[in-house]
Amino acid sequence: MEAYISLFVKAVFIENLALSFFLGMCTFIAVSKKIATAMGLGVAVMVVQAITVPANNVVYHALLKEDALSWMGITGVDLSFLALLSCIGMIAALVQILEMILDKFFPALYYALGVFLPLITVNCAILGGSLFMIERDYNFGESVTYGVGSGLGWALAITVMAGVREKLKYSDIPAGLQGLGITFITAGLMSLGFMAFSGIQL
Amino acid sequence: MSAVLNDETKKVLTTPLVNDNPITLQVLGICSALAVTSQMSTSLIMALALTLVTAFSSAAISAIRNHIPSSIRIIVQMTIIASLVIVVDQLLKAFAYDVSKQLSVFVGLIITNCIVMGRAEGYAMKNPPLESFMDGIGNGLGYSLILIIVAFFRETLGAGKLLGFEVVKLAKDGGWYDPNGLMLLPPSAFFIIGLIIWGVRQWKPNQVEKVEFKIMPIAHGEGGHH
Repeated sequence: MEAYISLFVKAVFIENLALSFFLGMCTFIAVSKKIATAMGLGVAVMVVQAITVPANNVVYHALLKEDALSWMGITGVDLSFLALLSCIGMIAALVQILEMILDKFFPALYYALGVFLPLITVNCAILGGSLFMIERDYNFGESVTYGVGSGLGWALAITVMAGVREKLKYSDIPAGLQGLGITFITAGLMSLGFMAFSGIQL
Repeated sequence: MSAVLNDETKKVLTTPLVNDNPITLQVLGICSALAVTSQMSTSLIMALALTLVTAFSSAAISAIRNHIPSSIRIIVQMTIIASLVIVVDQLLKAFAYDVSKQLSVFVGLIITNCIVMGRAEGYAMKNPPLESFMDGIGNGLGYSLILIIVAFFRETLGAGKLLGFEVVKLAKDGGWYDPNGLMLLPPSAFFIIGLIIWGVRQWKPNQVEKVEFKIMPIAHGEGGHH
């Protein structure tokens, strides 16, 4: 249990996907102008991340890993080079299914998240989470923890960023630094803040 | 040669370098630009990989653009890009294993790099293969340029080296330069790209973004008369 808590805290703060691995930066910069939209996207990412990381974990361990096909009587086959293709296919399919389920059963939630769901397929935080899971060889339990944790970390980062940017638009910034430039500098300062967590050992 | 490099081709090849740079203006492909730039060698490999993937995926998508049904085009593009990335990933693992370990997941993340998708969707779906190929090379070079500039500053200031060779002698080896460790950590990449954007926009003022809220200076002397 302790290992899971430690992994969770690490995924949320210390190895924050947005601020220490720079994943999902394009959407992080583009959709962080308003707190409400940023939070909506953050929640959507968290949900998708919590579903796709474990799903990819199951596929990887049951089909792709070296000798994973031995339950079918096939040995000595290593399909792990297909991991990239299967991960992105899995993510695209799951996002599509999630969109349909939300549309059918939770229309209110669908309208709130609707715009962001297609964006999420090409969000590198989602693919990155799955690839880190494979690289670090997480088991199923760890992959669930990591999926939820890293999604929460990303959501937290973009919400805080949106909060800063909402205030920032009232400040007097040099013309050339306006918009994108100052956003990068702000993200850098936030990243410095998150680095303060890096000494924590759990 | 002049038949290949006509005016249109030259234009798609050179505008992405500064005037329409994918990173500083289109805000695409930032993730990997920040993550791999703490060393020059990884940046060069990454730049090369991304340029090749963009060019070949644009050419391939453009070649079959009239046969892709528009409702499933994203999946078709994704599959072509993912297959190319797998080829790059396997090549790196075979011939440059150390670098591929350092780049870890970021080679795989070329799949979701918005430059590749953006050029496929925005240019290759409407233009013939050769121009699309050149457009891919051009945007790849624009990305490479920023990557190399950032890596240059990060590695020189952070480790006193460039491509692993000593540039300035470090204080701990009896030299004068005390390396700035911050340059090797994530935040410095944000700062350097922010400053590059500032520089480019100072040079090309038409890229400056519109201000949402203009702060009015307090008018002294005139404010009294109502």
